[in-house]
Amino acid sequence: MNRTGKLAYNAAVVIAAAAAAMGIGAIVLAAVGADIFKAYAVILTEPLKDMIGLTEIVVRAVPLSLIAMGIAIAFRSGILNIGAEGQMLMGILASSATAIACASLPKPVLIPLAILAGAAGGAAWGGIAGALKARLGVNEILSTVMLNYIAAQFYTFLLRGPLMDPEELLTGSGTPQTVRMPRSAWLDRLLPGTRLHSGVFIALGLAVVVFLLLWRTSTGFRMRAAGAEAKAARYAGVKVQRYLVLAMLLSGAFAGMAGAVEILGVHRRAIEGVSGGYGFTGIVVALFGGLHPAGIIPASLFFGLLLLGADMTQRLADVPANMVLVLQGAIILAIVSARQFMSNPYVQDKVARACAKMFRRPPPPAPPGSIEACPDPSDSVDPCLVGEDSAVGDSSAVGDNPAAGEGSVKKRGTR
Amino acid sequence: MNAGSFVLNILILGVPFSVALLLAALGETINQRAGIFNLGCEGIMAMGAFVAFLPPFFLAGTPLAGSANLIGLALAIGVGALLGVLFALVVVTFRAPQGIAGIGLQMLGWGAAGTLFRHYVGGVTGVPGIQPVPVPGLSRIPILGKVLFNHNPLVYIAFLLVPVFWYLLFKTPWGLKVRAVGTYPRAADSLGIRVSRVRYQALALGGAMAGLAGAYLSLAQAKMFADDLIAGRGFIAVALVYFGRWNPVGVMGGALLFSLAQALQLSIQVAGINFPYEFAVMLPYVLVIVVLALVRKAKMVGPTELGKPFDREQRI
Repeated sequence: MNRTGKLAYNAAVVIAAAAAAMGIGAIVLAAVGADIFKAYAVILTEPLKDMIGLTEIVVRAVPLSLIAMGIAIAFRSGILNIGAEGQMLMGILASSATAIACASLPKPVLIPLAILAGAAGGAAWGGIAGALKARLGVNEILSTVMLNYIAAQFYTFLLRGPLMDPEELLTGSGTPQTVRMPRSAWLDRLLPGTRLHSGVFIALGLAVVVFLLLWRTSTGFRMRAAGAEAKAARYAGVKVQRYLVLAMLLSGAFAGMAGAVEILGVHRRAIEGVSGGYGFTGIVVALFGGLHPAGIIPASLFFGLLLLGADMTQRLADVPANMVLVLQGAIILAIVSARQFMSNPYVQDKVARACAKMFRRPPPPAPPGSIEACPDPSDSVDPCLVGEDSAVGDSSAVGDNPAAGEGSVKKRGTR
Repeated sequence: MNAGSFVLNILILGVPFSVALLLAALGETINQRAGIFNLGCEGIMAMGAFVAFLPPFFLAGTPLAGSANLIGLALAIGVGALLGVLFALVVVTFRAPQGIAGIGLQMLGWGAAGTLFRHYVGGVTGVPGIQPVPVPGLSRIPILGKVLFNHNPLVYIAFLLVPVFWYLLFKTPWGLKVRAVGTYPRAADSLGIRVSRVRYQALALGGAMAGLAGAYLSLAQAKMFADDLIAGRGFIAVALVYFGRWNPVGVMGGALLFSLAQALQLSIQVAGINFPYEFAVMLPYVLVIVVLALVRKAKMVGPTELGKPFDREQRI
């Protein structure tokens, strides 16, 4: 396949994948009786219409991009981290506990400290799955999923117990949340009247760090080698197990930082439902962004748009916000399916040949009476059988029937 | 409460709890024996639970109300099989990596069930569900009768399916094909077994079982539907297959172990022993991790090609 053909082919695959994902979404939209085009229009354009919408997209994109970068590090190192949700919660707990305990520290010290605490909390939780995989070969998908459920329970336990705002107990409302963070731990808001916070710069800065780490250091090279082909990496002297654990530690740290930034920048206290599925959306963002920071940043904005848009469809198109999960699932299935078409040279070849066949000029219809217009004799009934049949049935017909005559000739020939 | 009735209570609770896990894990056993690691089980269960809930909810008070549960079960099995085929399309035909595709299917099923539920039902509503049917005669046996023979029909069916699946897997030609495509697809292919077709069939069956498992949760166990009804049971079912060494009988043992742990946790709370609720809920999940860590050390008997897509055109 030539260059243009390849480009056209890849574009066609991407379009087909997008259509398939939207098609699956459309089935569900049709099932809830929504106007499909209106629903998609609301999801994709409504948030872009005002400043609040635009900034809210970015607010959602900040944790998404951080989580996705962590997941990309893990995926590149050959380990699937589904546990960002739990790692984020652990990061939130560590970060908010630190910020509340060290409230007297000045702002330039406290914010980095709280974010690092979040990273440590997430890293610890991710490291468990990494160590289990490296030491005991425990399937990391199952262990991270289980750790998600455990973290969720632990989070609720702390928010309802030891970390609960004492005032909630006094007033008796019992909302499970911590006390408000000290002002010195708050990330600054960038635009008055919106929730856009300086966590954006942290996300952008860390994107550069991830790029440098994975593609410009020998550690990153070893991690990617371990992920691309563990056996070859081992022969080359890479301690694959160690890099698996390192990848999970880093991946967890990013999810933990996402939690910390979200708390310090948006909520200013640990509440229930902060993670809100960011951990799972982060997987989609990482895949959609091609497991590369340069792709993840735009992908996180796109999914920020989807998340916000799905919230709006609830109000504007009467479609429950869970719809975004359907779209995310469909997008994952479409991406992993499309990758097969893009990366398998055999499939590309097959498609190229099929295309060549299809676009080759079809032969012009044969003029009537020509040899080509006659039916192919091999398609008609076997003349031998015809001859035999008629010879037995009616001998007078033999002379009139050329086929029978030909058959008898053939019969003689074969004998 | 004396110790005897405490244990008896755990057993009576534990047996029906194990059914959802057992049904899903039996299906997953077939999937994994065929070489496909279906993590979408959780999502299929969510869809199964939701569609099974619909007929009893909408047909209440109509002449069809009597057979609503059966319609619901049939719907759940059908939808489950359909989602299994969708997954087969992605991982068998398109040869996508199975782990991440499974997560995609899980999100899809979970999200679709939640979306449709919010739209058609709205809030948490109960349904009469499937009532217990004591087995005549057997349910009178002093202790055993209460533990084993005083449940809803699906419980009996689930446990009867264990030998059926064992026979299917180890004593029928189709079972041999399933094990062949999961262990050495190339050899199976050279003998004329259509690897993709067998994997499709296995995934359809596994999906149907997951759908039925979901239906059990919404119709027989919880008698209602909620977004988080499945609560990771699909993933636990996948882990149980490892625990049961890809053998239906072992899987049953695993399902019982888990449900007894869950019943123990509930009984502890009921008995008023002071123990944070959240830690009690964590128990089964912690148990999964511990079990997976221990199982690994045992000799592996599983399908060697688990999780690897098969490409008959590939040169080796």
